[in-house]
Amino acid sequence: MTGAEALAAALLAEMQSAGAVPVAADILQPAETLLDLYGEDIRARAYVTHDPDLGEMMLRPDFTVPVVQAHMRIGAEPARYCYAGPVFRKQTGGRAREYLQVGYEIFARDDPARADAEVFALFARLLAPYALRPVTGDIGILKAAVAGLSTSDLRKTALLRHIWHPKRFRALLERMGGQGPLAEARAGLIARLRATPIDAQIAQAGQMVGLRSEVEIAARVARLIADAETPPIPQAEVAALEQLLALKAPASDALSTMQAMGWEALAPALDRLAARLEALAQAGIDPATLPFEASFGRTTMEYYDGFVFGFLPARDDLPPVATGGRYDALTAVLGQGQAIPAVGGVIRPELLEALT
Amino acid sequence: MSLKLGVPSKGRLMEKTFDWFAERGVQMARTGEAREYAGAVDGVAGVELVLLSASEIPRELAAGRIHLGVTGSDLVRETLADWQAQVWELAGMGFGHADLIIAVPKTWVDVETLDDLDAVAAAFRAERGFRLRIATKYHRLVRDYLRAHGVADYQLVDSQGATEGTIRNLTAEAVADITSTGETLRANHLKILRDAPVHCSQATLFAARAADWSGAAPVLRVLAARLGVAMPGDLVRTGVEQA
Repeated sequence: MTGAEALAAALLAEMQSAGAVPVAADILQPAETLLDLYGEDIRARAYVTHDPDLGEMMLRPDFTVPVVQAHMRIGAEPARYCYAGPVFRKQTGGRAREYLQVGYEIFARDDPARADAEVFALFARLLAPYALRPVTGDIGILKAAVAGLSTSDLRKTALLRHIWHPKRFRALLERMGGQGPLAEARAGLIARLRATPIDAQIAQAGQMVGLRSEVEIAARVARLIADAETPPIPQAEVAALEQLLALKAPASDALSTMQAMGWEALAPALDRLAARLEALAQAGIDPATLPFEASFGRTTMEYYDGFVFGFLPARDDLPPVATGGRYDALTAVLGQGQAIPAVGGVIRPELLEALT
Repeated sequence: MSLKLGVPSKGRLMEKTFDWFAERGVQMARTGEAREYAGAVDGVAGVELVLLSASEIPRELAAGRIHLGVTGSDLVRETLADWQAQVWELAGMGFGHADLIIAVPKTWVDVETLDDLDAVAAAFRAERGFRLRIATKYHRLVRDYLRAHGVADYQLVDSQGATEGTIRNLTAEAVADITSTGETLRANHLKILRDAPVHCSQATLFAARAADWSGAAPVLRVLAARLGVAMPGDLVRTGVEQA
């Protein structure tokens, strides 16, 4: 057994003593489910192979999806699972392509704050011997902030879709505030679309080719024209959102800062944060020193929609040793209507070993 | 020891490559019969000409089997993962220009930019239950570009030729392909998005990081001086003793 495997076994044993049931997952996973969840990007990250009967398959890029699926098939509630095994990711340069993950997941309907705190406190305890910097965040607060903007549902949906793509999110926000090159391009487009009836424009453009129909084109034109009537998102709100996204502070301070912003739409999400911090305090984690970064998880953790956390090495160029968070929406997608609140995380033993 | 220089083995790309070197005082020629892939170089001692298909040159560079190679900058970026870790880009050669662009049907009067394409992709997926398909053979370049611009809800479908026809054949909604004049796109009722191209390609002289430079570095130093290109920084000291 290698050092990392021994570490993985020890971590898994700790997770079992914490009450988790060990689960196994196939290394070969159907590509379609993963593509559906993660989009085309997953092809750049996961190894794709082909089975004559089963079609396109992927070497497991993580455990979350198979563990959620297993729970949906057989699980009793509440449930705690743990697992250990290799995952496979395409990398460039010297980074590992195949590495171990040890994970812990809780599926429970009541008291999400306590489940969040349980996972984080367990990870903090298991990782205490190593010099790591914990970070926490909350995607739910960002979603609430977007939902609370004074603008149309269409625009909110567009922004929510891109919370995990900061560059496009910023560009959209700028356009919806009536600023920048995209707003200018959009104004030009709207003027052209308004100039003559749309069916005439389509006919004039040439021969119809492809699946997207005149009806779909006309429907989007109608949405674009309606959207052009929507007033710009007020600059004060854009500024407040930017300020929120940039917030980095100890968790207790971050909470009071956000409460002091007086943003009514944030209240339920901030109540959840307050309950989580209380649960963390009860679990022995001090919110007065626990780092909170509002944008943490935005670029890397697409399926998380609430609490997110990471344990980072001192060196910036190394990947996080552990990451996790809440993914309630993912279970709804995978459960085809069934949903269960879920929170969990993974540790990478090879990275831990390298730290010792 | 000689320096191996890989150049395209036929067509305009070969002729233009020969011209480019000739203009800088390095004469190249194919030797033997017209069908024999052999060549010779005059003007700099120790350069061995290797005639290869342009599409194989990136791989040969990555493997270090040739020291220098002339090929399209698009092919190197598409074929080699983390291409900058594998080759040095010595000089753009000013020919073989072609842009990798994204095109959609002209009748999409509501689509002019990537911003529009992204919105259409979201609506398309919601409406039809699958992701908008973009046909291309440049998977890496297109995916990197769309990721960098935060476009979501699309999928790439592979098309190794006649890509513009995939939309008519209902196997894709948009295409990403190389174009120099846009003629084929127009003939297939397509238009180019107004954003900057995915990549502006041209014939480029590359050097292989993985090649054995111990004997070849002094040859490159002479050749680089003749061609008026800078030595790769990492190679400046290599082989100085032997020279």
